[in-house]
Amino acid sequence: MAPGGSLRGGNKNGERAGDRAARSIATAAGATILVALAGVGIFLLARGLPALRAGEGDLPDGATNFWQLAGPLAFGSIWAAALALLFAVPVAVAVALFITMYAPRRFAGPLGAIVDLLAAIPSVVYGLWGLMVFAPLTAGLYGWLGDRVGWFPLFAGKTSATGRTILTAALVLAIMVLPIIASVCREVFIQTPTLSVEAALALGATRWEMIRMAVFPFARSGIVSGAMLGLGRALGETMAVAMVLSPTPFLMTFRLLNSTNPNTIAASIAQNFPEAYGMEVNALIGLGLLLFAITFAVNYLARRVVARAHPGG
Amino acid sequence: MAVIALDRAPAIALPRGIRRSRRTVNATATVAITGLFVLALVPLGSLLWTAASRGLARFDVEFFTNSMLGVVGGGGGALHAIVGTGLITGATILLSVPVGVTAAVYLVEYGRGWFKRTVTFLVDVMTGIPSIVAGLFAYAVFSLILGPGMRSGVAGALALSLLMIPVVVRSSEEMLRLVPDELREASYALGVPKYRTILKVVLPTSISGIVAGVMIGIARIVGETAPLLLVAGYTDVMNYNLFSERITTLPVFIYSQWKNKGMDVAAYDDRAWTAALVLIAFVLLLNLVSRLVARLFAPKAR
Amino acid sequence: MRSRLLPTVGAAALTAALALSGCAANESGPDPSSTPSDTSGDSTAESPQTDPTDDGGAAVSLSGTLNGGGASSQGPAQEAWRAGFSGLNPGVTVNYDPTGSGDGRKAFSEGGLAFAGSDSAFGPDEIAAGGFGSCADGSGLIEVPVYISPIAVGFNLPGVDSLNLDAATVASIFTGQITAWNDPAIVEQNDGTDLPDLAITAVHRADSSGTTANFTDYLDQASGGVWTEGSVEDWPDSLQGEAAESTSGVAETIVGTEGAIGYLDASRAAGAMGTAAIKVGENYVSYSPAAAAAAVGGSTFQSDRSAGDVVVDIDRTIDSGEVYPLILISYLIGCETYADPSQGALVKGYLEYVASPEGQAEAAANAGSAPITGDPNVEPKVAAAIASIQ
Repeated sequence: MAPGGSLRGGNKNGERAGDRAARSIATAAGATILVALAGVGIFLLARGLPALRAGEGDLPDGATNFWQLAGPLAFGSIWAAALALLFAVPVAVAVALFITMYAPRRFAGPLGAIVDLLAAIPSVVYGLWGLMVFAPLTAGLYGWLGDRVGWFPLFAGKTSATGRTILTAALVLAIMVLPIIASVCREVFIQTPTLSVEAALALGATRWEMIRMAVFPFARSGIVSGAMLGLGRALGETMAVAMVLSPTPFLMTFRLLNSTNPNTIAASIAQNFPEAYGMEVNALIGLGLLLFAITFAVNYLARRVVARAHPGG
Repeated sequence: MAVIALDRAPAIALPRGIRRSRRTVNATATVAITGLFVLALVPLGSLLWTAASRGLARFDVEFFTNSMLGVVGGGGGALHAIVGTGLITGATILLSVPVGVTAAVYLVEYGRGWFKRTVTFLVDVMTGIPSIVAGLFAYAVFSLILGPGMRSGVAGALALSLLMIPVVVRSSEEMLRLVPDELREASYALGVPKYRTILKVVLPTSISGIVAGVMIGIARIVGETAPLLLVAGYTDVMNYNLFSERITTLPVFIYSQWKNKGMDVAAYDDRAWTAALVLIAFVLLLNLVSRLVARLFAPKAR
Repeated sequence: MRSRLLPTVGAAALTAALALSGCAANESGPDPSSTPSDTSGDSTAESPQTDPTDDGGAAVSLSGTLNGGGASSQGPAQEAWRAGFSGLNPGVTVNYDPTGSGDGRKAFSEGGLAFAGSDSAFGPDEIAAGGFGSCADGSGLIEVPVYISPIAVGFNLPGVDSLNLDAATVASIFTGQITAWNDPAIVEQNDGTDLPDLAITAVHRADSSGTTANFTDYLDQASGGVWTEGSVEDWPDSLQGEAAESTSGVAETIVGTEGAIGYLDASRAAGAMGTAAIKVGENYVSYSPAAAAAAVGGSTFQSDRSAGDVVVDIDRTIDSGEVYPLILISYLIGCETYADPSQGALVKGYLEYVASPEGQAEAAANAGSAPITGDPNVEPKVAAAIASIQ
């Protein structure tokens, strides 16, 4: 029996002095996290507030208020990240399925490590690669798409000849978040109860049917939380987008293949911060606060989804 | 392979048409899943190939022994960036590992009630902090103290710590939970106080996992560019002092070589790609070593 | 198990630390981190060994750390200057952080930098307001045009190395009024060049930039009203077109795309893409350092400034001779009187080198800039301004 009555979890009765100190130190470390996040919020708010209140003439690019500046950028961030998820989630699920359900067990570890390598490559290298290698490759495809299906609203407008469109940026983002989603999926797929798997197979299910009947229902919340994690990362990705995307200020459009694209919050901060002066710095910090709030909300939603699926877990 | 046998045997009992369509669906799924897996590896291959083929041009002794001081056009190296990366990463580890591991100890061993739930939730939120926001935060803090023109290594380390702490908490928490309660019980039964149990039994048992987690955390932050661009800046000389002046790290070196090219474009591009290759190789090594540590030194109890 | 782990990790960390502590083979001078690097007023940088008012320049041996930063356009030139200057003065470390003009001016006025590089000068009222961190109380500023660089209009058309374009045509291309390479406006200026029926992709800078400011200023002054957006650092939102991050982004986009055209520092266009000769008077002039320098020589100085504040009003409408008016002028900005005399001596020594024939030649070699030396209109003013630094 533990002194104090429980093995883990606290109990303050009958603690010794050393234990009291240890508890305080551990609790302080927990509190540090709270303080750090509160600090981020408070500092960004304090430095961003002047811009949130500023009117015409003070803000960059002749914006009349902060939201006119921030709205299109928030749209761009969310649109690019959503597109990235659209590509990344199916591929990530397939990758995780392949590693956990199809590949021989002893290759699972090495294959997972190879996919994780994608997460190991720095974003500035993705930027170089996207700009020099990937975008020129996509340009031809976009030309073809624009010619054939230009009537479709998403592909309308003058097709970019450089390939540096929001679709390309989203594809690069998709590659970058793929390993994050895949590794979460792998973890939950592995934890599928053996009983369900064997039961499905014993009933004569094919492997695909087994996956649909046993793995997916069990893993749904895990996939969602993995996707949310990926969404958070895609929203905040900076250098790769800044280097690959061809942005136009104040633009909000769903079109995928044009030279003129909405910019993202993160890329806009990185591009403008070095030249920023006075109120512009406050405006950029205000944008950072907005991005912080968006990712906070996304993470909160992800947790809600997971919590609903595993009450008490 | 037993799975494949299971696939087939019972299906024979079913009507032929249904059997075929189900097997077709199954085969299609197999092909699609394998295909998507291969598809995911194509960009990886292209990236690694590009970095390797372009980076080898300057993968020489000079690159690892020289800084960029006095270099015009070709030549020069990235020693200052490699040292800077080491220093800032070291400072980040110093800032985030104690906090992270202790917070994990709190969550596993002490935490309960609303405060524990809050901290768990905030760690989740912290995982999602965009790196540029962390950079802006460090800028906001340090520019208040040191004035707006400030650039320093510690500011960079502060920004990176925000990104690394949640990784450390997460992995340490997982590892601490893996420590079997029997070990704690045995220790308590001998009359060992709780804090000594944690220090002498729980942490040593899970140390390999924690070290591996820290390495994953390092891999996560070592490639960060945006926050360091804001607060640590670029210089082309060695700087061993984290508390004053600019310090270059490898990702910032790559970016500035790409961005500020002189007439001899190839010399700058080569340096950028070589630095990229070094960085990728380093992160690769970290990942491998962390796997090795986790495997070789894993507690036998589990 | 753990008894084996900790020593292993420790040993690995120690090895790494030892490997990292090595000095760079090309750095033999004093460890830069051991010299005080705080450049604000209370800096204790080692004093130069001679009287700072002495005009000996290169003969004086200087030591200490000098921090500058700002315009990214000066990056490659600063690289050459710093290398040359440290060669002459082994005891001096000069840093230049090419983050951007705005950043440089900001950090300079708050005392974070001893000098700033900027594509635009401080306004007279900003200078009058004073309060510059590194300067002595009541000190004015010296601003000298030391980096003159032609901006090229570069394009990617297979088999075409040069095109003749007047400012109105360039403006029409970048405003989207001309959309194809075989547009009559382009064809009639280029007899004998086979222009394809290819869409034009006009590339501009996504970040705010002095290059954009000078390019739009040129269009504003010379296009005869075709360009209506004025002279701006940020590309106008209303115009369509392809945006790219930094000069490198513009260069790589042009190189990677057939039919692309963009404006960029001439050093990055040379050899990599075709470039336009722009119309000056009745002739078409290709960019060259000499033609760019001639454009400065033909311009006037802003009159509402002190003697040390040498700011050029570039005349983009010069209409005769081998003049290339599409240029960028970048300034180095420092104090007339530094709060810390040793910093003043360092800045003075560095700027003297930068403005010297050797310094200008080094910049021309690494950055393709136009030397200011030899121009009777500019050189003496710059030299006098630098000589007045204390």
